[in-house]
Amino acid sequence: MQSFIAALLNSLDIALLLFVIAVGLNIIFGVLNVINFAHGALYMLGAYFAYTAMGLLGLSFWLALVVAPLLVAVVAVAIERLMLRTVYDRHITDSLLLTFALLLIIDESVRMIWGPSIQVVNPPALLAGTVSVFGVNYPLYGLFVIAVGLAMMLGLWLLFTRTRLGRIVRAAALDREMAQTLGINVPLVITGVFAFGAWIAAVGGVVAAPMRAIGPAMGEKIIIESFIVVVIGGLGSFPGTLLGALVLGGIHGFGGRFLPEINLVLPYIGMALVLLLKPQGLMGKGASA
Amino acid sequence: MTTRLLIAGLLALVLAALFLLPYGVSYFYIFVATEILIMGLFAASFNLVFGYTGMLSFGHAAFFGMGSYTTAMLLLHLQVPLVWTLLAAMLTSMLLAAVIGFFCVRLNEVYFAMLTLAFGMMVFSVAHQWRSVTNGSDGITGFPLTEFGLGLDLQLANPLVYYYVVLVVVVLAAALLYLVTRSPFGLILKAISENPERVAFCGLNERRFRLIAFIVAGLFAGLAGGLFAPFNRVASPDMIHWSHSAEAVLMTILGGSAYFLGPFFGAMVFVLLETWITSYTDHWMLVLGIILALMVMFFRRGILGTVLDRVLRR
Amino acid sequence: MTEPLLSIRDLTKTFGGVHAVDGVSLDVRPRETVALIGPNGAGKTTFYNMISGRMTPTSGSIHYDGEEITGLPPHRISRLGISRSFQITNIFQELTVRQNVEVALTAFHGKALAMLRLASRDREIIDEAYALLERLGLEALADQRAGVLSYGDKRLLEIAIVLATRPRLVLLDEPTAGMTPEETRHVTQLIRRLADSGDYTFLVTEHDMSVVFGIADRILVMHRGQRLAEGTPEEIRNDPEVKRAYLGEEEEEAAS
Repeated sequence: MQSFIAALLNSLDIALLLFVIAVGLNIIFGVLNVINFAHGALYMLGAYFAYTAMGLLGLSFWLALVVAPLLVAVVAVAIERLMLRTVYDRHITDSLLLTFALLLIIDESVRMIWGPSIQVVNPPALLAGTVSVFGVNYPLYGLFVIAVGLAMMLGLWLLFTRTRLGRIVRAAALDREMAQTLGINVPLVITGVFAFGAWIAAVGGVVAAPMRAIGPAMGEKIIIESFIVVVIGGLGSFPGTLLGALVLGGIHGFGGRFLPEINLVLPYIGMALVLLLKPQGLMGKGASA
Repeated sequence: MTTRLLIAGLLALVLAALFLLPYGVSYFYIFVATEILIMGLFAASFNLVFGYTGMLSFGHAAFFGMGSYTTAMLLLHLQVPLVWTLLAAMLTSMLLAAVIGFFCVRLNEVYFAMLTLAFGMMVFSVAHQWRSVTNGSDGITGFPLTEFGLGLDLQLANPLVYYYVVLVVVVLAAALLYLVTRSPFGLILKAISENPERVAFCGLNERRFRLIAFIVAGLFAGLAGGLFAPFNRVASPDMIHWSHSAEAVLMTILGGSAYFLGPFFGAMVFVLLETWITSYTDHWMLVLGIILALMVMFFRRGILGTVLDRVLRR
Repeated sequence: MTEPLLSIRDLTKTFGGVHAVDGVSLDVRPRETVALIGPNGAGKTTFYNMISGRMTPTSGSIHYDGEEITGLPPHRISRLGISRSFQITNIFQELTVRQNVEVALTAFHGKALAMLRLASRDREIIDEAYALLERLGLEALADQRAGVLSYGDKRLLEIAIVLATRPRLVLLDEPTAGMTPEETRHVTQLIRRLADSGDYTFLVTEHDMSVVFGIADRILVMHRGQRLAEGTPEEIRNDPEVKRAYLGEEEEEAAS
C-alpha cells in the first residue's frame, strides 16, 4: 500500500510536469500550426537560466522562477520574429525544419556555455525536506511541483475560457483570416503565443531543476516524452493532453517500480497501442493523412 | 538533350575522378572520401522519404544504426564475410523500418515528424541501455575485418581497399535507388508528395505507398550503416541519436532535395566542412544548426539544386 | 427496366446537428447522365463526397453495381470503377501533363509497385496517356508542367485523370465552373460525346443551366440538403417548386 501511494505521488509529479510542457507545445501548435521541436530546448534553457541566476547572481529560487522564464520568452520573441516568420507562407515542412535547427542550436549552445556535466539546483529552504502523506515520506518539493502543475492548469483554463485575451487567441487559432478581418492583430498574437508557450516551458524547466538534475540531455528527453503525451492524448486537445500526461506519468511512476526491465520501452508501447487502436489519440479530433 | 549529355558527361567525370582519387591524395583524404560516400548514401536514402515522398523524418539514423550494429555484431560473433553482413544489415534495418513505419505513416506529416523522432530515440535508448547485447554507450568494438566474400581476396583492413569496396557498393546502391525514383513507383511517390488525396482517388492506398517508401529508404540507410561500422571500427549509440538523423537532413538540404544527387553533393560539403570546422571548435553541432536554419530560410533549393535549376531552367 | 448502377437510399450527413444532406435517395441507371442541381449550400458536394468515400455518411446506404460501398475509403471505391473530379481543380501541379495522366494509368494497370524499371520505358502507359490527352485536345501540352496550364486546360486535365482509371461511373463536380463561354461549350460537347459513346455513366453537378439541359437525361434537384424534385429536363423546367426555390434564391441574392 505504501509503495502504491509513493508510486501514485511520483506519477502525479511526472504527469503534471509533462502536462505543463506538452500543453505549451499544444498551444503553439494550435495557433502557429507548427510543432516546436525546440520546445524541450526552451524548457532546458529555463532551467539553466535559473541555475545561473541563483548560482552566479545569487538570486533566490523564487526570483529565478520569475526572471528565467521571462528571459526565455524574450529569446522566443526573437526566434519567432527573425526565423519562423520567414517561412509561414511555405509548406509546413519548412517550419518543422527550422524548429529542428533551433533544437540543434540551443542544445549545443547549452553544452558550450554550461558544459556537458550535470548541475544541481537545491530546492528553496521553504520546500526542503519531506512530509508524510498517508504514511509515506514524500519530498515536500514534489508536492510543490504537483501544486504548480495544478495551478498552471487552472490558470490556462481560466485564461482561455474566461478572458477576452483567451477568446482572441482562440479566434486566431480557428481562422487567421477571419480574426484579421475582425481587427485582431494576428502577427502580434502569433508572436505572443509563441513567447507564452516558451514561457510555460521555461517555468516547467525552473520548477523541474531542483527535482531532477540539470544536464544538456534534459531537453531531448522531455520533448520526446511530450510527443508521446500529445500522441496518446490527441494533438489539439487540452483534456487529451492532461490525460496523456497522466497515462505517461503513471507508466513512469508505476512501471519504474514494478516493471523495471522494460520500463524504458513502456511509453513507446503505450503510444504504439494508441496509434493502433485510436490513431487520433484518446481525445483527438482528426489529423489523418 | 544537350543538357542531358552534359550531365551524363559530368557524371562520368565524377566517377572517373572517384576511381582515380587515391592516386592523387593523401590517406587522410581517402578516409574523408569514404565517409562522404557512405554518408551520401545515407542522405540519399533519407531523401527518398523526404524529397520524393514529402515526409520529413527525424529518425532516419535508427536504420543506419541498425545496419551498423548488425554488421558489427555479425563480424564480432560469427566472423561472417562482409558481403553477407551487408545483406543482413539491409534486412534487419528494413524490418525495423517496417515496424516503425507502420505506426508513423498512420497520420499526417506533423505526426510523422514527431513519431519518427520518438521511435528513433527509442531505438537509441535500447542501444544505450541494453548493455548485455549492445555494450551500452561504448558500442560494439574490436570486431575483426576478415574477408569480403564472393571469393574475392581483399585486404579490407587496408583503407585503400576499403575505399574501393565502399565506392563500388555505393555506386551500385545509388544506381538502384535512382532507378526506384524513376520507376512507376517513384512517379507515384512524387504524386503522393504533392497531392495524396488525388492519388487515393486514382485508386491507390497512399498510406501503403508511404510505408513502402519508408521501408525501402530504411533498407538503403541500413546498407550505409553496414558499410560505416567496419570503416569506423565501432557501432555506437551516437549513430542512432537524433543528431545523426539531423546530419542526413542537413546534407540533403545543403545539396538540394529536388535532385537525386543533391544529398551526395550535400554529404561532400558537409563532411569537408565538418573536417575543417572541428579542427577549430568542438561545437560543430552549433554550426550545423545555424547552417540548417539559414539554408531553410534563404536557400531552400540547396547548392547543387540551385545550380541545376539554372542549367535546366526550371 | 435495367438494374441501377448506383443506388442510393436515404443518404444523410449531419455536421454538429446541421443536416448537410438529409435522406436523399437516387438511382442511376447504366449509361445514363444524371445532373444534380441546386442552389449553393444545397449539399451537392457533400453528396459527392459520400459517394466517392471522402466522407462517411451519418446514415443511409450506397450500392454500386449491386455491392454496398457505404463508408469505403476512396481508393477502394475508385478501384470499383467510380472516378470523380473536384470543384476546386485537383491535379498534380508540379508534374507534367503527361505524368498527371500516367499516375492514374499506373494505378489502374496495377503497375504502381514496379520499382526496378524506368517509367519512361513503359510504352503501354505512354501510348495510352498520349491517346487520352489527344482525346481531350491536350496532346500539344503533354510535356508542360501542369501548374502553368490555363484554368480551362487544368480542368480538362482533371477530366483526363478521371477517365484514365477507366471508370464506369464518373462524378463531375461543376466541370465548367469558372470557364469562359468558349471553354464551357467545349466541355459540354466533350461530356455529351463521352456519354454518347456508351462507355460511361455520368453524375454531374452544375450551375450553368444551359450545360445541364444540354447533357442531362434526368435531373435531381436538391435544396437545403433534401431532394426537391426529380425528373426529365422537361419536367424540371416546368416544376413550380423548383422555380420557387431558384427564384427565392435569386431574390435573396438581389436583396443582399
